[in-house]
Amino acid sequence: MPGKLKAKIVAGRHLPVMDRASDLTDAFVEVKFGNTTFKTDVYPKSLNPQWNSEWFKFEVDDEDLQDEPLQITVLDHDTYSANDAIGKVYIDIDPLLSSEAATVISGWFPIYDTIHGIRGEINVLVKVDLFNDLNRFRQSSCGVKFFCTTSIPRCYRAALVHGFVEELVVNEDPEYQWIDRIRTPRASNEARQRLISLMSGELQRKIGLKVLEMGGNAVVGYLQCFDLEGESGLVVRAIGTACTLDKLIPGSASNTNTHPNTAPASNACNSPSKEIKESPLAHGCRSSHNSPVHSACSSQRLSHSQNFSVSVPTLVFTGMGSGISVGKEAGPLKTLLRQQAQSALEQREFPFFTLTCFPPGFLVHIGGVVSARSVKLLDRIHNPDEPETRDAWWEEIRQEIKSHAKALGCHAVVGYSESTTICEEVCILSASGTAAMLNPRFMREGCLDAGGSDQRLSRQPPLGMVGSERAEGEVSSSWLGFDDASPPSCGFCHIPYDEFNMPFPAQLTYCYHCRRQKVPDVLFTTIDLPAEAAVTGKGCLIQARLCRTKKKAQGEVNATAISNLLPFMEYELHTQLMNKLKLRCMNALFGLRIQISVGENMLLGLASATGVYLSALPAPGGIQIAGKTPSDLSYDQHISTMQKRINDTIAMNKELYNIHPPECIEEVVGSPIPDRQRSRLFRSTSESSDELSELDLSHGKKDAFVLEIDDTDAVEDIQSLLTDAPMPAGFYSCNTEVMPGIYNWTSGLQMFTSVRVYRLNNANLTNQGLNKIFTDLCENLLKSLYFKLRSMIPCCLCHLNFTVAVPEEELIQVAVTAVAMSFDKETQLAADKALNKGSGENEEQLQFSMELCGESTSSNNQPTAKPSGLPESAMTHSSSRDRCSTWLELLRLKAHTIRRGSVKTSRRTQSLANSASSSERCSPLPEVRSRSLRSTRSLPCGAPVTVVKMTPLSFLPRTRIVKYLGIINMFFIRETTSLREEGGVSGFLHSFIAEVFAMVRAHVAALGGNAVVSYSMKECVFMENPNKNQAQCLINVSGDAVIFVRESDQEAIPPLITCGQTSTTGADGTT
Amino acid sequence: MSVELDVFVGNTTIMDEEVYQFWLDGYTVNDAVKVRMEGGVLEECEASAEVLRSDTMDQYRTFQMCERLLHSPAKLANQLLFQIPPHRQAMLIERYYTFDGVFVREVLGKKLSKGTKKDLDDVSAKTGVTLKSCRRQFDNFKRVFKVVEELKGPLVENIRQHFLLSDKLARDYAAIVFFANNRFETGKKKLHYLTFQDFAFCAGQLIIVHCNHSRVLMRPALIGKEFLQDLKELKILITDKDLLDQHKSLVCTALRGKTKAFNEMEANFKNLSRGLVNIAAKLTNTKDVRDFFIDLVEKFIEPCRSDKWTAGDMRLYLTHYTNSAHILDTFKHQVVWDRYMGVIKSCILKMYHD
Repeated sequence: MPGKLKAKIVAGRHLPVMDRASDLTDAFVEVKFGNTTFKTDVYPKSLNPQWNSEWFKFEVDDEDLQDEPLQITVLDHDTYSANDAIGKVYIDIDPLLSSEAATVISGWFPIYDTIHGIRGEINVLVKVDLFNDLNRFRQSSCGVKFFCTTSIPRCYRAALVHGFVEELVVNEDPEYQWIDRIRTPRASNEARQRLISLMSGELQRKIGLKVLEMGGNAVVGYLQCFDLEGESGLVVRAIGTACTLDKLIPGSASNTNTHPNTAPASNACNSPSKEIKESPLAHGCRSSHNSPVHSACSSQRLSHSQNFSVSVPTLVFTGMGSGISVGKEAGPLKTLLRQQAQSALEQREFPFFTLTCFPPGFLVHIGGVVSARSVKLLDRIHNPDEPETRDAWWEEIRQEIKSHAKALGCHAVVGYSESTTICEEVCILSASGTAAMLNPRFMREGCLDAGGSDQRLSRQPPLGMVGSERAEGEVSSSWLGFDDASPPSCGFCHIPYDEFNMPFPAQLTYCYHCRRQKVPDVLFTTIDLPAEAAVTGKGCLIQARLCRTKKKAQGEVNATAISNLLPFMEYELHTQLMNKLKLRCMNALFGLRIQISVGENMLLGLASATGVYLSALPAPGGIQIAGKTPSDLSYDQHISTMQKRINDTIAMNKELYNIHPPECIEEVVGSPIPDRQRSRLFRSTSESSDELSELDLSHGKKDAFVLEIDDTDAVEDIQSLLTDAPMPAGFYSCNTEVMPGIYNWTSGLQMFTSVRVYRLNNANLTNQGLNKIFTDLCENLLKSLYFKLRSMIPCCLCHLNFTVAVPEEELIQVAVTAVAMSFDKETQLAADKALNKGSGENEEQLQFSMELCGESTSSNNQPTAKPSGLPESAMTHSSSRDRCSTWLELLRLKAHTIRRGSVKTSRRTQSLANSASSSERCSPLPEVRSRSLRSTRSLPCGAPVTVVKMTPLSFLPRTRIVKYLGIINMFFIRETTSLREEGGVSGFLHSFIAEVFAMVRAHVAALGGNAVVSYSMKECVFMENPNKNQAQCLINVSGDAVIFVRESDQEAIPPLITCGQTSTTGADGTT
Repeated sequence: MSVELDVFVGNTTIMDEEVYQFWLDGYTVNDAVKVRMEGGVLEECEASAEVLRSDTMDQYRTFQMCERLLHSPAKLANQLLFQIPPHRQAMLIERYYTFDGVFVREVLGKKLSKGTKKDLDDVSAKTGVTLKSCRRQFDNFKRVFKVVEELKGPLVENIRQHFLLSDKLARDYAAIVFFANNRFETGKKKLHYLTFQDFAFCAGQLIIVHCNHSRVLMRPALIGKEFLQDLKELKILITDKDLLDQHKSLVCTALRGKTKAFNEMEANFKNLSRGLVNIAAKLTNTKDVRDFFIDLVEKFIEPCRSDKWTAGDMRLYLTHYTNSAHILDTFKHQVVWDRYMGVIKSCILKMYHD
């Protein structure tokens, strides 16, 4: 009997009136876990019942504890007829199973009904006692920590990064079972919610088992998705990165956090493998993919009987420049080291990492974006216990990704993610990531001893830390033995592939930073900007949008049509991205995310990324327009006006994003770089393949970046290039964690979700027409956001990620979740100035607080992102700490390898010990919570509600996360049969989203947390039938519940935390 | 292409005070957009009319969803649906319960019944306040009335605690509730020159004196049981001829030479005194209470005004009129007199203007 779950129902409030006669309610509660149900007494005639029940105890297997949610149903007692349900609360008890997360769940939860929404609140207390389990064949994986965050969570450090974990489970969708015809919509919705909750519990448990098998104790970058395949079933799948995480002792956490310098230093000194390949990365498509039509055919294959499958050729977005640059030969040593690095990863089936932000030194080089798509025909899943078909599909795609990475000379893929889009029975599976060379030391247990004492990986904040550049430069000088060693700040830009044997035509130059290695002229990636990267000016959001019509079709014909279109779309999107990048005078894209969505008669493509100017890469050239018929005078004039507009825009953007690259360096060094980078933009696919080869031959005498306007398409392209509305003054935007070039965030932030659905009324639209509509739609949405958030100026919209869908034939749905963070203008100006001068000194912080509680943040001199170096004292402190703790670390790891066989049991013991001790020791939770409660108490009456902040980022500016309480993964369905009465579709969705936020906040608050980080809305499926006055919506959200303290508060807090957590730290290291 | 659905939801609920005011004032979305466009937000933020419209719609929806909570403001603080900073909550409540002076003047003293509500379109037409806004304000009055009716304790404090209103607004509501409960006549033409604030002040005076805490409290303070009889006793001041003469001579002696209106005061003394004392006697009859203000104007204020008394004259006269009664040896009801005259004096002084 491995666990005892205890629940207590305390009270309810704001219940709805269930008895019209008395205007009151006779409420009671059913508490259900697995197959056991308990009931409270009926509390008669009250809208604010006080049940104060006994502790209901469930004795259950820990397997069930992981899979099942605790289900609380509030009902109205009725003597004569059936009791009416008021609503339900599902509580995921997983956070209670990990010793390091929450110890108790206690608080007010909204009572939710799928038809009526939130109806009052209920106060519940839940605890779990875990017992020791000696069974070595158990199926549970309690205690493995899950994080949505795609970086090593703050307050942990990665002892080891094990690698990719994936799993999927399938089931029949209750909505499509025969019984659905006779049950109520409510029953059907609840069956679905419950099933998905069960499935995600099961999925998490299975992934946990895999992690334990690998010897890890946590999953970072956990990404779980639902595929609602309709008739053919329901798939829940997840990917993540298995790690062994060690808890940092809170006192030191702040030091190491803000401090990327020491860690890279240690890495640098002893890693024989940190070697390298360098050469740049150019822009463009890999040559083999430049003729998509061709490869589409070749890779298209019909698989056996019912399973139709088309693998779509993948574009490797590394660049599309031309010309082969002349350069120094890379030493043979390189090759050797590369082999060494590869062997570490080759043991893994898929050397993939869902992380987007890495400890310093982890990332050696970046090759470019790799992606693969495959079109499949869905087919009923016959046996839910053997989801092999789906597994095989993903396997195929991952293999493809792997081979693409190899082609780029890389052995790993980082920033990896997978997604699907489904329309009727056609499903497109997509995967993308960034091919990279990694430092294998972080992944191989074997080489740990070689490294000796400094194997410590500490997490760096993903903030632009330009100031650290200097420190790291010095570090590199200690790299004995490699004269071609490059400073880490530009190392990741150097090409990983062989410059004489390039996988695609690219224009290479010597790195503008170290002048030793080759870099491409453009770099595309799916990851966040590495902290050590040197950036000129600021970044901005760049989007490419595309719409393609498609004939309606069925089955294989449809699938073939789609797969034929895909390569063209990818190509066009890429072209657009390139153009817009050039227009902004930038040379690299981070956080690239390309989404393609299928509808019955069209395909939508949306690529978003954050453009920056990497100082290590060459300056992008301008754009030149060339007309086909130069004889016509007026035509020439037209062209020259356009040319002027483009030039003006580029100049304006340079000013706007503060991009002033130091031009003089070139002469000083005398490098063979032409003063203007030239690249070429191709208008159409047919052109591209021809011209590409031509360009390859004629490199060097290229005549700037030419945009040929030979048809109306091209004119419109240029128009659309120029019609991208500039951001209003005071705003910046990016889709990565933070904006490069902005450091002084205030604590003011506003997370939001916005959803829009457009109806295309005119049936016969051309591609151009559709494109225009789609572009306007996105632009208008952005404009609306800027307007809404104008009170936060100066601010930056971070993690601005769009999700597009085609819910019905004539509809386009765009959903965006992002966070607006304000920053301090005064200090920003100071910092900008300081950076330009080469020294960052911004001590005088002016703050204004946008806190909910109205409490003013007391100012402190330690912004989360500090452009300047840290105080000396902090540095020395942490590095000495480093040394001794790494010794411990090493011992622990050795012990670990010996004891591997018995790991599970020992871990189990420990979790029992922890949960037992947690009740005795004074946990840090109450203190922190009471603090936040106090701060919100300002209205004269009523119990104050804990303020819970939400952000899609992995951090909150000006705060420090002191504890991760567990993953939040919630799935809700809302349905209505009185759409008009609820304010139409907008009213319906508006209140539903507000309700989802409320439920997320309530769960976090009940866990003792005060924020959700890495929040995302992964699914928002909206269906309507206005004629029947009905609508239904499904929303899936996830994130990490955390406790944060303000930076200014931290001195007060740590003693409490330390006593609570040091006890666990030692034990954890063994797992 | 048309926008089928357009929502924006922030973790912290975003509310624009300006738009909130439009919503409270009962503007349609279109009207609000128009006014906002004229207001110049567009140029300021480089936004289009479409953007403005979308924003306005969003906010209107938010306010609509909040409205239920605003009906019992205490809920706003501990509900979970909207995360609203406390100072914003206070703003929402205060603004929601704020009313238009012109509107309240129309319904002041009327029964807060369905019948009155039906006539709101007339009120709306007359005052220029939108019907929607009229309804909200009327419902607010009614809601506050219903809640305090059941409560014990001081009226103003009850309103303030229950509806989380500012002191000023709570006092105004107390006045409205007080007027509604006693059905004071305020609509007669002669009373038109009085503003809501005049009435609210008088109501405050009438309530303050009272210390009996229950629903009876909403009667004018002077009608407390213990006073019923005593107030009648004051009649002796006008029925006893000697006393009346004595009173007159005392007042005239004190006033002589101090005011230009002395002759008129002397001539009118008996009429005026009769008027005031009769009002006191009338107060004991609950049905006649509603004529309190009209009586005050007709019997006292109008005669004085036609005699061109200044506000200073009025104060002087009333002071001496009250004080002189103490010197009358046969007059035994000094305490009641002081209390009555204290209230009446401040009411008259407030009401004595053009």
